[in-house]
Amino acid sequence: MQTVYDILDWPGTKWLFVVLVLVMPLASLLTWAERRQSAMMQDRLGPNRANIGPIKLKGILHFVADAVKMIFKEDFIPANVHKGLFTLAPILALAPVLIAFCIIPFGPTIYPHAYTSTLDTYMLATEPTNAMFADSIRMQMFQVDFGLIFYFAVLTLANYGGTIAGWASYNKWALLGGLRSSSQMMSYEVAMGLALMGAFLVTGSLEPGFIASHGASDSMSGSNPLNWLWLWQPVGFLLFFTAAIAETKRAPFDIPEGEPEIIGYFVEYSGMRWGIFFLAEFIEIVFISSVIATVFFGGWQVPFLDADGFRIGGYIDQVNNISVGGVFTPLPHWLVTTLQFMAFGVKVILLCWFQLLVRWTLPRFRADQLMALGWKLLLPLSLANIMVTALIKLLFMGGT
Amino acid sequence: MSASHHDDAHDAHDAPAGLKVLSVSTVHPRVRTVQVSRPEAQDTTFLAATAKGLGVTLKHFARNFFLPGKSKAARTQAGAPPAEKFFFGKLDRNDIETVQYPEEKVTYPERFRGLHRLTLRADGAVRCVACMCCPTVCPAHCITIIPAETDDKGIEKKPAVFEIDELRCVVCGLCVEACPCDAIRMDTGEHAKPVEDRANAIETRETMMARGVRSIATQGGEGPNWRTGGPAATKKPGEH
Repeated sequence: MQTVYDILDWPGTKWLFVVLVLVMPLASLLTWAERRQSAMMQDRLGPNRANIGPIKLKGILHFVADAVKMIFKEDFIPANVHKGLFTLAPILALAPVLIAFCIIPFGPTIYPHAYTSTLDTYMLATEPTNAMFADSIRMQMFQVDFGLIFYFAVLTLANYGGTIAGWASYNKWALLGGLRSSSQMMSYEVAMGLALMGAFLVTGSLEPGFIASHGASDSMSGSNPLNWLWLWQPVGFLLFFTAAIAETKRAPFDIPEGEPEIIGYFVEYSGMRWGIFFLAEFIEIVFISSVIATVFFGGWQVPFLDADGFRIGGYIDQVNNISVGGVFTPLPHWLVTTLQFMAFGVKVILLCWFQLLVRWTLPRFRADQLMALGWKLLLPLSLANIMVTALIKLLFMGGT
Repeated sequence: MSASHHDDAHDAHDAPAGLKVLSVSTVHPRVRTVQVSRPEAQDTTFLAATAKGLGVTLKHFARNFFLPGKSKAARTQAGAPPAEKFFFGKLDRNDIETVQYPEEKVTYPERFRGLHRLTLRADGAVRCVACMCCPTVCPAHCITIIPAETDDKGIEKKPAVFEIDELRCVVCGLCVEACPCDAIRMDTGEHAKPVEDRANAIETRETMMARGVRSIATQGGEGPNWRTGGPAATKKPGEH
């Protein structure tokens, strides 16, 4: 029988929640935040005047104005384009990113029947079938052991969006832009995947939910910031972050697009079709931030907040079921989960902010510098990172 | 080679700039061992430069994001010096240069040539005597004056119509220079207003008199200088 918990636990519901509550608002706001932040970095004010009557909100409504403008613009399709592919390309760019979100654990598992009380972690470990833990809602749409591999596989499809847009446009500059796009994507996919290999070796898992909830080592709680992978995989983090920025096709890696002058693969697009490319790019920023937050910064974990409350120092004595040592403040399950949801949001927003900071600081790479960085620096470094991580794991951590 | 002596002749002056020559071959002076300077490691990996650049932009962002304050231009008007230090200095104001135009305005220089004004006599009548100097000197032919007689025999004429087409005006200020009566000035500090109809860009005698101030200069250029003449003689540019 279908209960309300079954509906809440249905992946479609979660997908709607993620897209409507997290992704779309954040991506839309990023279109405004990018201009505002870049302005502030350059001692300007940026767009701050869009308003509905007296409601101004420092110009946040600019994204609404942009959307209205793009929707009502003429939907121009040039002569001789391949109409089917021309229409398909923006969707191909947007859909994979939205699909890839299903591997992201955006919150802790919720136990609705224990919602008002402090979660008994000992009981959860020993009697997981207890009625109190029934109807649990896992805040992750698609929990599979190959989670991050799935992400690589799906996000590679987004590559076709740019390439097909360039080909279908019947414009040689668009075609060249599409080629630049595909060559860049392919080069950096390799380094990106290999950069995460170290993380897989450390945690022993490809499942983002497991990485977020357990951290690097079993001897520490998953909520301990020292247990998050930024400390255990600093090189992997840097490499992945670099490659991921390249995957979003934004400055300093915006050779495929080159918005100010060479335009690239969407040169023939206008109105909302172009807007979808633009939106896909911003959604990709949110997605990259989610992946980095999940893998390297503990996902939805609040520092030192375990499932039953704040615990600084100390640990749970699994035999006697008591909290030993340190400072422990029990909190009800609803408060813990709320804090953890907010922590994920804050981490994603901060990482988005940092990506904008990078985008407005660094000048664009030349095409040959881009390839040199990808193949001659990121790839060897990520291979070395794997070797060193594997050696350390084998020699000092029991090699399992 | 036949051209070799030519090359050798140039060798003395031909040492590549910036390259340190370690040794020169005894067989041929052009064969040399030189020290090649390679870029520093931090310049080839971009890492240090990237971090430095991020630091600069981060500093600006933090300062403009967290610190309050109006625009730098508005502060400079108020006479306050812009803050120099952020972390260890004065934590007072941001560094934003933007002037939010309709609410804030920058002060124009004193000699900025704005919209025309027609100055007034003590009784409020127009000071212009319709001598036709300004339409004569105007290079853009934008001034139209139709004179009329006055009852005052000392003045004789006044403009019945005094129109300036602000769309044709080149803002050269020659009309002000030409005027013998201090009757027309361009010291309002105002721009020509945006209009939707070309006819609305024509300034009439009434609109320019509405901007006018009383001039106490003696007719004919005698008497005290109007610029320093009296307390109510002029207003500062920008005031109206």
